[in-house]
Formats: sequence, C-alpha cells, structure tokens
Amino acid sequence: MSSVMSPAITAATTRRILAQLRHDHRTLGLLVGVPSLLMILLRYVFDTGALFDRIGPMLLGLFPFVIMFVVASVGTLRERTGGTLERLMTTPTGKLDFLLGYAFAFGLLSLVQVGVVLVISLTWLGLDLAGSVASLVLVAVLDALLGMALGLFASAFARTEFQAVQFMPAFVLPQVLLCGLLIPRDSMAPWLRVISDVLPLSYAVDAMQRVSREASFSTSLLWDVLVIAGFTLGALALGAATLRRRTG
Amino acid sequence: MMSFVPAVAVAGLRVVRGGKPVLRDVSFEAPRGSVLGLIGPSGCGKTTLMRCLVGVQIVQAGTVTVLGEPAGSRGLRRRVGYSTQIPAVYADLTVRENMRYFGAVLRAPRTDPDRVIEEVGLGDHRDQVVGTLSGGQLNRANLAAALLGEPELLVLDEPTVGLDPVLREELWALFRELSARGTTLVVSSHVMDEAGRTDRLLLMREGEILADASPRELTERTGTADLDAAFLHLIHERAESPA
Ligand SMILES: Nc1ncnc2c1ncn2[C@@H]1O[C@H](COP(=O)(O)OP(=O)(O)O)[C@@H](O)[C@H]1O
Ligand SMILES: [Mg+2]
Repeated sequence: MSSVMSPAITAATTRRILAQLRHDHRTLGLLVGVPSLLMILLRYVFDTGALFDRIGPMLLGLFPFVIMFVVASVGTLRERTGGTLERLMTTPTGKLDFLLGYAFAFGLLSLVQVGVVLVISLTWLGLDLAGSVASLVLVAVLDALLGMALGLFASAFARTEFQAVQFMPAFVLPQVLLCGLLIPRDSMAPWLRVISDVLPLSYAVDAMQRVSREASFSTSLLWDVLVIAGFTLGALALGAATLRRRTG
Repeated sequence: MMSFVPAVAVAGLRVVRGGKPVLRDVSFEAPRGSVLGLIGPSGCGKTTLMRCLVGVQIVQAGTVTVLGEPAGSRGLRRRVGYSTQIPAVYADLTVRENMRYFGAVLRAPRTDPDRVIEEVGLGDHRDQVVGTLSGGQLNRANLAAALLGEPELLVLDEPTVGLDPVLREELWALFRELSARGTTLVVSSHVMDEAGRTDRLLLMREGEILADASPRELTERTGTADLDAAFLHLIHERAESPA
C-alpha cells in the first residue's frame, strides 16, 4: 500500500494546494463570490419566490460542479506541463496521494463555497428548503468533488490551458442541457433520456431537487448520492490511470 | 553500503522520442562519489539520458541500474535527487513553502528546507514567491529541491545556466563538497568551460557518446589545448572513420 498512498504525503499535498490558493486571493475571491453573486442575480431575475425555490437548489448543485471542474483541470494541467508532476513522480508520492490531495483541498474549499452561498440563499434570498441543510451540503460538496474528479481526468487530454478551458463547455454544457434543469428529463425524447441517464450531472440535479422538495432523506436521494459518489470514484480511477511515472 | 556497486550503470540504452532515435546504444558507468559531466550541444540527448536515470523516460532497450537497483524503483525515490532543466517548482508558493512541501514528500528532516535554501544561497529570498524570482534564483530554487533529504545520487540538468561566474563558482564548490561526502553527481552542461571541473566526462553528440574519460585524459589523448578543441577533434575523427 505504501506506494499507492501515504497519509503524510496526502496531507502535505492538501496543505500545499491550499497554500497555493491562499496566495491567489483573486481566485479565492472568485471561487467564493461568483456562485453567491449568481444566486443573488437569479433570485431577482425570477422575481418570484416559487420559481427561485425550484431552480435555486439545482444551481446550488451546479455551480460547485462547474467551478471545480475548471479549477481542477487547469490546476493539474499546470502540474503536468510545468514539470512538478514529473518531479513528484520521482519521489515517494503515490498517484493516490496526488489525487486525494486535490480531493481534500477542493473538498474543503467547496465546503466554504457552498456554505457562503447557502447562508446567503437561506437568509437574504429567502430560499425555501423542504429537506435538511445537511443533506443539501452533502450533495453540493459531492457535486463539487465530482466536478473536480472529472476535471482531473479531462486535464490528461489537454496540452494547453486554452484547451483545458474549452473542455468546460465540451464536458459540462451537454450535461447541463440534459440534466433536467431546463426541461424535465421525463419529457425528453427517449434517446436523449437514455443519454441523460448515464451522465452524472443528471443525478446531481435530481438529488438537489429532492432535497428542496422532500422533507426526509428518501431512498431515491440515497441512490442519487451513491451514483454521484460512484461517478466521482470512477473519474478518480480514470484520472489515476492518466498519471504516468514514465512518459515518452 | 556496497561501494563496489557503481552508482550508475547504463548498458545498451536506446530511446526513441517522437519517432526519432534520441539515444543510440549508450553505455557507461559512474563510480560512487564521483562527479560525472554530461557535455554536448543542445539536442544531443542529455536531458533524455537524465530522465532515464531517474526513471521517468520510456526506454526502448537496454538497462539503467542506479545504486544497484533498476532506475525508477520504489526504493530509489528517496535516494535520488533530480533537478530538471526547466525549473519544476510551484511558482505561486514561496521558496520555503516549496521546500517544506517537497521535504515532507521525501520525509526529509524538518531542518532540511532551511539547510538547502542556505546551500544554494537563497537565504535572503526564502519568503519570496517563486514566480517573482529572477531566472538564476529560480534555477537555484529548483536545485535546492533536489538537495532535500541528502540523496546519494544527484542528477542535475544544467544547474548553472544563467548564473553569474561568482554564483557558478559557489555552486561548483558545493558540488565538490557533496562529492567529498560521498554523494555521486551527474551534471549536464552545454558549455565546455564547466567540463574541466568534473572527474569524468561523457561527451555526447546526436545521441551517442563520443568520449568517456577524465578532462585531462581527453586533452592528452587528442593532443589539444582545451576541451573545446578536444571535442572538435573527436567529431572530425568520427567523421573520418564511420563505424
Ligand atoms: N517530448 C519529446 N518528444 C519528441 N522529441 C523530443 C522530446 N523531448 C526531446 N525530444 C528530442 O530529443 C532530442 C534530445 O533532446 P534532449 O534530451 O532534450 O537534448 P539536450 O538535453 O541535450 O538538449 C532532441 O532532438 C529533441 O528534439
Ligand atoms: Mg536538455
């Protein structure tokens, strides 16, 4: 196991990524501020509480997903192209240390991000939530981790940061169109429905809808959560496969 | 430690990059505690050879044995230090934060980050963000990371590029000191005036080793006044008698 991961190296990697973010005030500000700003805009664009109550929670799941996707894909691409990943591969760092370092750092970050949006939404914006705040936070952080894991994986296919940023619309927008946010998934053409069934964001949005409508933590919600977690682990495994000690 | 095992033993190494042969049947050995110079023009394969030594290069044929183990083995990852030609440190962290991180990864002693920062002469810049360092300072920060944990073998890819003569002198003094303590160093350079400071020289050209000798032997054997002339002599010799 020692080569696969070591708690000390994973922790050091988490601290290092958080230190990098600490130095980058602007990114940190954008990470926390942008979702909040968008929620506030959304609230006043809709201007009716009922519509906001329906759409708001879905976006609470979507924002962390999209933002973490971009930050993780650009961040790991920098490590790949900047030689730091290669340096780490000559040290005892395991692939899992590297991936979990990102997962913990971004998991913590998304907790802050979601916390701020949530406080603003529940107080100032008057979001009405049927389910518990805890389950909403759970789903939102899972969504963020899913975005991060997909971003890590996607970064393997980018050579430049320009390409990495382009992957956001390529990986994410089709999922946004098909996830049930714009049109309920039940009313989609069957072939689109099938596609949306295998896309992770569909489950993220479904979970958020349940949290906003259902008072209890239902089995269907549990299923959504498990599917999102499964997709996240799968993406991390694929990401690990793209980290190579030896390259051409 | 079994000192009779060479620090580095390379035999029949062949590497293809981008469809083209980059190393063609390279073989050499480096005894422990020696300073081996890898000298040759840009593009001759120095970086590729160093990547083979640290085990990050896919090789087509041959064996690379480092400190008695196949290059890149798990057991070697704390015993070999590598400083890349293009600096590989985090530009958005300070010098000290970088060293702390790489030190933690290598389980180096807690005092190591400060030690290596002093050794490369970056004491005044320890809390400076790496992205704001000058080129020479950045190179030294990159070198410092390779010194963490006192590795037995140091693989340094053009560590003195862009440094003024005084700093270059200081770094070579450091390399000699490390070698005196038993560390083996493989140092690449594309400038000849550094070659004279090594114990042994590998003169490389187009993926092949033209000569493997001490600087003195080289000038004596070729009957030339300096290493530049010796290198040219060897190239002409090779051109006249194609293998
Ligand atoms: N990633 C790569 N893909 C394809 N060819 C490469 C790559 N890196 C280096 N090369 C080629 O390999 C040869 C040797 O390069 P390198 O080892 O970097 O030489 P040096 O360090 O002596 O300048 C050069 O011809 C270079 O163009
Ligand atoms: Mg080179």
